[in-house]
Amino acid sequence: MSNSLAKTAAAHRKPGKSGSLGSALKNGGPMVWLSCLVMGLGNILAGQFIKGLLFLLIEVAVIVFMFLPEGGIHWLSMLPGLGDRPMQEIWDEEEMIYKYVIGDQSNLILLYGVATVCILVALVLFWRASVRSGYQALCLKRQGKKVPGIVDDVKSLFDGNIHKLLMTPPFLCLLIFTVIPLLYMMCMAFTNYSKVGDHLVLFDWVGVKNFVSIFDSGSIIGKQFMDVLIWTLIWAFFATFLNFFLGTFLAMIINRPTIKCKGLWRGVLSLTIAVPQFVSLMIIRNMFLERGIVNQMLQNWGFLAKDATLPFLSNATWARILVIVVNLWVGIPYTVMQVTGILKNIPAEQYEAARIDGANAFQQFRKITLPYMIFVMTPYMITQFTGNINNFNVIYLFTRGDPVGVGNTAGDTDLLVTWLYKLSVDQQKYDVAAVIGILTFLVLSVVSLITYRSSGSYKNEEGFK
Amino acid sequence: MAKNSAPVKIRGGMRARRIATDVASYVFLTIICLVWVIPFVYLVLHSFRPGPGQFTTKFFPEAYTVENYVALFTDFNVLNFPRMFMNTLFIATCSCIISTFFVLAVSYSLSRVKWKMRKAYMNMAMVINLFPGFMSMMAVYFLLKALGLTEGDKIPLAMIICFSSGAGTGFFVMKGYMDTIPKALDEAAYLDGATRWQTFTKITLPLCKPMIVYQVITSFMGPWVDFVFAKVIARANAKYFTVSIGLFSMLEKEYVDTWYVRFCAGAVLVAIPISVLFLITQKFYQEAMSGSVKG
Repeated sequence: MSNSLAKTAAAHRKPGKSGSLGSALKNGGPMVWLSCLVMGLGNILAGQFIKGLLFLLIEVAVIVFMFLPEGGIHWLSMLPGLGDRPMQEIWDEEEMIYKYVIGDQSNLILLYGVATVCILVALVLFWRASVRSGYQALCLKRQGKKVPGIVDDVKSLFDGNIHKLLMTPPFLCLLIFTVIPLLYMMCMAFTNYSKVGDHLVLFDWVGVKNFVSIFDSGSIIGKQFMDVLIWTLIWAFFATFLNFFLGTFLAMIINRPTIKCKGLWRGVLSLTIAVPQFVSLMIIRNMFLERGIVNQMLQNWGFLAKDATLPFLSNATWARILVIVVNLWVGIPYTVMQVTGILKNIPAEQYEAARIDGANAFQQFRKITLPYMIFVMTPYMITQFTGNINNFNVIYLFTRGDPVGVGNTAGDTDLLVTWLYKLSVDQQKYDVAAVIGILTFLVLSVVSLITYRSSGSYKNEEGFK
Repeated sequence: MAKNSAPVKIRGGMRARRIATDVASYVFLTIICLVWVIPFVYLVLHSFRPGPGQFTTKFFPEAYTVENYVALFTDFNVLNFPRMFMNTLFIATCSCIISTFFVLAVSYSLSRVKWKMRKAYMNMAMVINLFPGFMSMMAVYFLLKALGLTEGDKIPLAMIICFSSGAGTGFFVMKGYMDTIPKALDEAAYLDGATRWQTFTKITLPLCKPMIVYQVITSFMGPWVDFVFAKVIARANAKYFTVSIGLFSMLEKEYVDTWYVRFCAGAVLVAIPISVLFLITQKFYQEAMSGSVKG
């Protein structure tokens, strides 16, 4: 904070030191040390009343919040045990009715506990900033220079410190509605928050038990996890590479110089992108149902006996192959659009030189087009691969994870993400769901790190320029 | 483009082969395109099919009627399509304004201002994007519930928050675009005494226009096509359904027999504007990709 403040304004001249926390504490003297206890004191003494009062206000607000009866300290103290009072039924003599006393709700305790921890972290950051800014202000004053007032500070928010103005709202939103929930969910992985054993209201920390049972291939959940993980990787592999090769093939056919109406072909393909997936995929699902139009047409045309049907969505192998094929239907247009742009960018001289050397079309493709495309497309492929691991829409809308084996919580076409969705939304097994979420994250980060690091465009950024 | 791969001259013997390949290509492309449009043809045809029921024996219906479309706007017994439409319009407009502002603010700060936590923020955004979005979904729901936003008329607000709060991590394309705007323009403005706020609003934003249009429309489309988050928040409150949840629930077991054809009609009505918007984004996206400052 102070760093940029110092930089900000070259107009305000730099204070004596670039004022890190260490140097502020070392050289600051008693006033700075005192402002470690009373936030903003340094600023007030140096004449920055409003800024100092704001710091003080933050400190007071946090302290008040911590000591409220249902405040921070209360939640923090409950965090290790996560509460243990169940809801109680008390006979009220006067009114002759049972009254309910709400007991502890572990998920609220966990949520508020996590939020309190975040507030404390924020307080520490503000504290650091206040000490440094107080130190700088005092330095300026000691040197007899003008200390920037509140007007200067506000002005600098529109100039040198504009990032503070612009970043604060998005960052706060991100913190409250993404980071805190993520932390909260990660905590759940270490509890037994689940419908199983009636732990929806009160639950406890169980350490790494959930992780152990997921990795124990002997347990039911562990076996399902391995099945789902393997299918997720197979799916992501086929979905990505088939899309890439078939899409490239199609793009090159459309790109042939003698083919007319290029716009028309591409336009038809991009219909899939334009129409919302929940519309198109649910229609396709309907077409492939047991009594759907595909089976009906096959019967009408005499390929199938009158009452025979093909088990498109009820047989695991059929469903798995079909979902990959349907994903081609969804994904190829994207690849075609990408590849078309890239083909335009390959320098024409390379092909000319190749032709003069007598290379045929296939050789040109293998030696010029393909290497260039692999080089350019690698980052795209990585995002595709991770996107496919996370491909919720295609699976959930098309097969809904079905068919589900007897006694399983995951269907045969369920990916980690759709399983995660089912576990948390439908089955309320939040503990397992959180573990799956963390593991999905790990799989994704490992995959993207490995592929990114071994890709040509990372090792050699200038390669094709 | 044609120049790139076209042979300079076609020799005699190759001519026949070339024509054969062309014919094969056309046949192949026609088949492919048929496969690609069949689901949409099916959707449109069956939106005009009289009578309920989700399965038929014929690809082409025997009669056509517009009563499914009429029913969507007159029969409010179970699901009120016009209200769902207005709900979505409201949510989409609000969340598109907020998220566009967020994306612009973050992109500008990351692209133009060098601050200490810049790299850290970008890494954090990358890591957050790697987490499956559904993982925190229930947690977000609990959080909104604790804030009292999941009951009654606060539900739209909760949805707006859900659709726009994550925009702070979606800056990659916009930042990349802003990076292509020459720094010299900013420096010239500073020399003339402009503040950073002025360069942001007077130089960067106007130059980003195609990208902003792209961003606005993309974030506007989000609530129309997403059903997962919205469904978790709206639960059974049919009054606050968005179009996508509504259409999704038309295919649930208890409704599907009567509502299937109306689902088709509603899907057509939603798909048309969304497709048009999508085509517009593509135009602006391509314009943006051809560079920020020309010449």
